[in-house]
Amino acid sequence: MSMFRFNIREAAKSPLGILSGHRLCAGCAEPIIVKQVLLAIRGPTIVATATGCLEVSTTIYPYTSWNIPWIHVAFENVAAVASGIEAASKILHKKGISKYENIDVIAFAGDGGTYDIGIQALSGALERGHDFLYVLLDNEAYMNTGIQRSGGTPLGASTTTTPAGKVIPGKSENKKPIADIVVAHKIPYVATATPAHYLDLIRKARKAIEVNGPTFIHALSPCPRGWRHSESITIEICKKAVDTCYFPLWEYDNGVYRLTDRSLMIAKNPSLKKPIEEFLKVQGRFSHLFTPQNQPLIKRLQEYVDAVWEDLKSRCENI
Amino acid sequence: MRREVGKLSELRSWREIPIGGVAWKSSLENKTGDWSPFKPKIDQSKCTKCLMCWILCPDMAIGWDGEKVYEKYDYCKGCGICANECPVKCISMVRV
Amino acid sequence: MYENKVLMGLNGNEAIAYAVKQCDVDVVSAYPITPQTIIVEKFSEFVADGEVDCAFVPVESEHSALSVCIGASALGARTFTATSSQGLALMWELLYIASGLRLPIVMAVVNRALSAPINIHCDHSDSMGCRDSCWIQIYCEDAQEAYDTTIQAFRIAEHEDVQLPVMVTIDGFQISHTLQNVELLSDDVVKKFVGIRKAKEIEIPNLGKVPMILNPEIPLTFGALDLYDYYFEHKVQQHDAIENSRNVIRKVHDEYAEISGRRYGDGLIDCYGLEDSEIAVIVLGSTAGTVRYVVKKLRREGKRVGLLRLRTFRPFPSKEIVKALRNVEIVCVMDRSGAYGSIGGPVFVETQAAFYNEKKRPKIVNYIYGLGGRDTPPKLIEKMFEELPNLECGEVKFLGVR
Repeated sequence: MSMFRFNIREAAKSPLGILSGHRLCAGCAEPIIVKQVLLAIRGPTIVATATGCLEVSTTIYPYTSWNIPWIHVAFENVAAVASGIEAASKILHKKGISKYENIDVIAFAGDGGTYDIGIQALSGALERGHDFLYVLLDNEAYMNTGIQRSGGTPLGASTTTTPAGKVIPGKSENKKPIADIVVAHKIPYVATATPAHYLDLIRKARKAIEVNGPTFIHALSPCPRGWRHSESITIEICKKAVDTCYFPLWEYDNGVYRLTDRSLMIAKNPSLKKPIEEFLKVQGRFSHLFTPQNQPLIKRLQEYVDAVWEDLKSRCENI
Repeated sequence: MRREVGKLSELRSWREIPIGGVAWKSSLENKTGDWSPFKPKIDQSKCTKCLMCWILCPDMAIGWDGEKVYEKYDYCKGCGICANECPVKCISMVRV
Repeated sequence: MYENKVLMGLNGNEAIAYAVKQCDVDVVSAYPITPQTIIVEKFSEFVADGEVDCAFVPVESEHSALSVCIGASALGARTFTATSSQGLALMWELLYIASGLRLPIVMAVVNRALSAPINIHCDHSDSMGCRDSCWIQIYCEDAQEAYDTTIQAFRIAEHEDVQLPVMVTIDGFQISHTLQNVELLSDDVVKKFVGIRKAKEIEIPNLGKVPMILNPEIPLTFGALDLYDYYFEHKVQQHDAIENSRNVIRKVHDEYAEISGRRYGDGLIDCYGLEDSEIAVIVLGSTAGTVRYVVKKLRREGKRVGLLRLRTFRPFPSKEIVKALRNVEIVCVMDRSGAYGSIGGPVFVETQAAFYNEKKRPKIVNYIYGLGGRDTPPKLIEKMFEELPNLECGEVKFLGVR
């Protein structure tokens, strides 16, 4: 049982793992998530990052915003790089070359580097059972290259490669259920989180770090630029995503599913669940759905969200 | 508020910089405060010191010194998340 | 000095596996591909029997194999991987990344032709395809040299003036799967020769001299984004490093010759009979053995012919080649990879360029041979020697095609 207690006043006085001065957009959720995950580390930690907004904006040579050892290699292989670091840290300690008995390895990647191009490396690393935490920063498109659609883009979203046009109204496919794919690998711990529900996120990050084996956190990361909303409502959108059950908060802990935080409250009190329009109407990328000819799409999206929510509730043991 | 061009990083020759592209300068030298003229103003009389603004700031531009919550205008990009999320609404975005 | 040596019947792949075992490698990560499989299989046996203290990571693709090596090497571990043709092609982006991050990874490339059409036999198109990736490339003639070169490769890569990854190549099937008497040095001699990997120290303002590895005590950032103001400088540093490697390859080769008694020319080129020859052949890899056999035969008949086996292709030993061939009249460059759209094969083009500034230039011709494992028997090489005087300078011919 973890003795970790997060004290926000103590944490606010200590140095952070990620520093100010980075070039991420105003209101971007990625540095919020990274900051919160790094508040949960427990000792020597090394971070590997895939190519993406986070990597490019925090390390413009010769400047770096990282206060911990950090490596970036390529787009699709952050899970393999993290495997290499983990394997090397264990063998170097065994041979007496390194003094660190345990080095925690955290891999950050965007949805592009996880759902699509990175899924092979992720699946391989999970199957080999390396002890590392993989944090998916999901902003639901290839934001760094200009808001192109990815496997993580939801149904109906307008991106630059699935624009809302006269004939095709946005993306025609559903969002790939990445957390389910990872759970199917039967790894010890999988969880979803948002930066708005930070105590939940920090608790889950700490648990994932402490678990011996591969762990995965799927974090929702709203993007003011790509989702086309005002910078000040990034956190508000996370709350709406959870309240509409578009992005439920749950964890899979050694075979046992549990809802957590706000999603648990909604499951116990269904009147708290909001309709999907609450989430869609504040984002410019869904504004084309609010026309009479595209209303069926909102209905399809609502049905999909409801089906996933019911299925998730049936699997959870704590309702 | 115009920043002087070229002052951010003195360019060095290939013999002087470390090999392998290892970045060495802290980004704290890059004062992103000039990205936006809007800055948060905390009403200290109403602030309950819950530190939600601190934990939700993308730029680590809110500080806590043990006694009071303070703003770091050098780094704040004016996104307004702190003002939007403060539970007692004691932060207002003002033009400086 | 030469005591405790062991003579074993090994094929090229097994010889490399033995060398890796003796070099105290920390992390090995590879993906199977014919004809490299035996290196990894043999090494897995060593791991399973507890004969090596090494983390063996069997990955899900060659791209991930080199990624694991990059991650491990960045932490300070000594790493090794092996691949061929399609695997090397899949790792292409990471080859540039590994040399750009200045990581001393050693890779054995068992030369195999690139698809399409898919072919599992030997030619040099795979390693020639990545000749600009700033990896040091050493082409071995036989299993013994593969063993010796793999041991030297770790020293070359980890040298503080170099810090670049090294590719040790052998011909697929022709060397990798054929048995030879290989003389292995004893474990302690090899261990003493390679030592422990000492991380390169770099000077960081504010921090002073720090080891260039991922170290929880000194947070360094590897793989930052370069804009137009710094990329050029980093590439010139690599250029400087591979130039430094010429001397380092020679020195390490000479040091190894002292402990083993085996030399391969001067480490960069290996010459035979060039002192008095009129015709010389430049060739890489195992075909050099066949050419040497023919050269010896022709010399017995009184013909003045010689052989220059190019051992190190990157960095290209242009000065050494020009010096060795200064009195030769006809130079025949044999290339085991295609010349699509170019003046000739890769070795031919570079040899011609090496002679461009010389006042006295021999007639240089190009024979492309052995693509896809096509056999090049001595008779064919004798035919080549007969044709040479009648060719135009710069002519490109195909040897052995119907």
